[in-house]
Amino acid sequence: MISNANNAWVLISAALIMFMTVPALGLFYGGLVKKKNVLSLMMQSFVCLLVVSLLWVIVGYSLAFSPGELIPGVLGDFRWTLLNGIGPMDPSPYVVSDPKGPVAHLTFVIFQCMFAVITPAVISGAFAERMKFSAYLTFSVLWLFVVYIPLAHMAWSVHGLFAQQGLMDFAGGTVVEINSGFSALAGVLMLGKRRNLKPLPPHDLTYTAIGAAMLWFGWFGFNAGSGLAADGLASSAFVATNTAAAAAGLVWALLDWFLQKKPTILGAVTGAVAGLVVITPAAGFVTVGGALVLGLVAGAVCFLFVVYLKARFGYDDSLDAFGVHGVAGVLGTLGVGLLASPVITAPFGMNGGHGFAGVFSGNPAALGLQFEATVTAMVVAFLGTLAVFAVVKATVGLRVTEKEEAIGLDITQHNEKAYTLIE
Amino acid sequence: MKLIIAIIQPFRLEEVKQALYAAEVQLITVSEVLGHGRQGGATEVYRGSRETGNLLRKIRLEIAVNDDYVDRTLKAIIAGAKTGELGDGKIFVYNLENCIRIRTEESGPGAIG
Repeated sequence: MISNANNAWVLISAALIMFMTVPALGLFYGGLVKKKNVLSLMMQSFVCLLVVSLLWVIVGYSLAFSPGELIPGVLGDFRWTLLNGIGPMDPSPYVVSDPKGPVAHLTFVIFQCMFAVITPAVISGAFAERMKFSAYLTFSVLWLFVVYIPLAHMAWSVHGLFAQQGLMDFAGGTVVEINSGFSALAGVLMLGKRRNLKPLPPHDLTYTAIGAAMLWFGWFGFNAGSGLAADGLASSAFVATNTAAAAAGLVWALLDWFLQKKPTILGAVTGAVAGLVVITPAAGFVTVGGALVLGLVAGAVCFLFVVYLKARFGYDDSLDAFGVHGVAGVLGTLGVGLLASPVITAPFGMNGGHGFAGVFSGNPAALGLQFEATVTAMVVAFLGTLAVFAVVKATVGLRVTEKEEAIGLDITQHNEKAYTLIE
Repeated sequence: MKLIIAIIQPFRLEEVKQALYAAEVQLITVSEVLGHGRQGGATEVYRGSRETGNLLRKIRLEIAVNDDYVDRTLKAIIAGAKTGELGDGKIFVYNLENCIRIRTEESGPGAIG
């Protein structure tokens, strides 16, 4: 029997995640670029919602989550093409903390759809201000099939390679965060740097601050919805999410203050996003103390990465998709292997009633699987993206011309501009 | 003393600035303006309606220089702004009657640089 209470919460969560893609991510990224490119960033997020939504209901969901294995452990089959055979009264085959109260199967479909929508949109930040729209669009379609769907299947589907072994990835540390981060890194290496690259002030940090706040808001659905129930585990994940985000945002702002002279709003919001990323795989497995530790570590490590190390490596990850999502995704996925506490999951009968335990709760084996999944996600994302980029480069080409880059993507790719000087 | 006003393509601003710095012309005022010359305005499409004759975004530079700096300033602007296509812009050179540095109240050629 479908639980209407659980169903209501997960539907709301799906809507919250949709809100993270547009407008939150579009605003967050759009504010950081030059004003001649702001619409191109918003379009790149919006088009993910358009295209991935369709691909997902046509074949994406079926390949990612159906139990028939075209490639065992890696890819499902076509049985749920166009959601064929999934009726409105069917309970979801996927449950987490409340096996007796599944949501509707269609609720699970659309909840997972929003994860697939936001992941390529996160990557778009790395390609900002220089990639052709046609190239981005082709990339996001191919990438969904080559990289996202196999990783989602491995981590979350019933017969998934890592799901079967008891991988702890509550809301997508591997599938969304490590994946988007390392895909972004592979992409920027293929794409090259922006021309005239130099530190320029973001054109409108108010957008970025508003976007980050909306991301935080939406992330409650992302993480607290991932238990697929409106129960105490959702509350626990909600509290953990809020705690990690607050800790990481505060750490970044303080490091700004001590090491860069002033506490910046850009630093505070970037840190908060790093905290939200790091808690994503761990939200339903760690205590509030664990969340606090993860948030503090993510704020400090991502700060070091973005502020000091990125310049030294010399790659152009325009909006730090790798420095925030890749780095904090790794920290969170490994961190939950250390910090998972059965106190959180045992009361829900999860993992055969024992709950999920990390190294610090007496389960030294936990870290091995987390490590294996982390490396797999890195490799699949990095190599898969290199392959997809090679195809895009050979067919539609990757970059706009030098002149188009100088004029801006809004006019050259979309023939629109965001702001007028005189009406 | 001359006042040089140049209208250039926004996407050439960086090159013009670098060329001016290389010519040791360091003091410039930049503003964003709208207008068009012979190339006409832009056509943009919003929800299917074509908006023609839109004024184009341009950059206006104002540079006050002493007479011995005029040539190199003009050359630098041209070197940075020229693409050879319609819309590259124009340079206007005016005689400048006086220049006063507000901080020290000195005036004339000594106040320019």
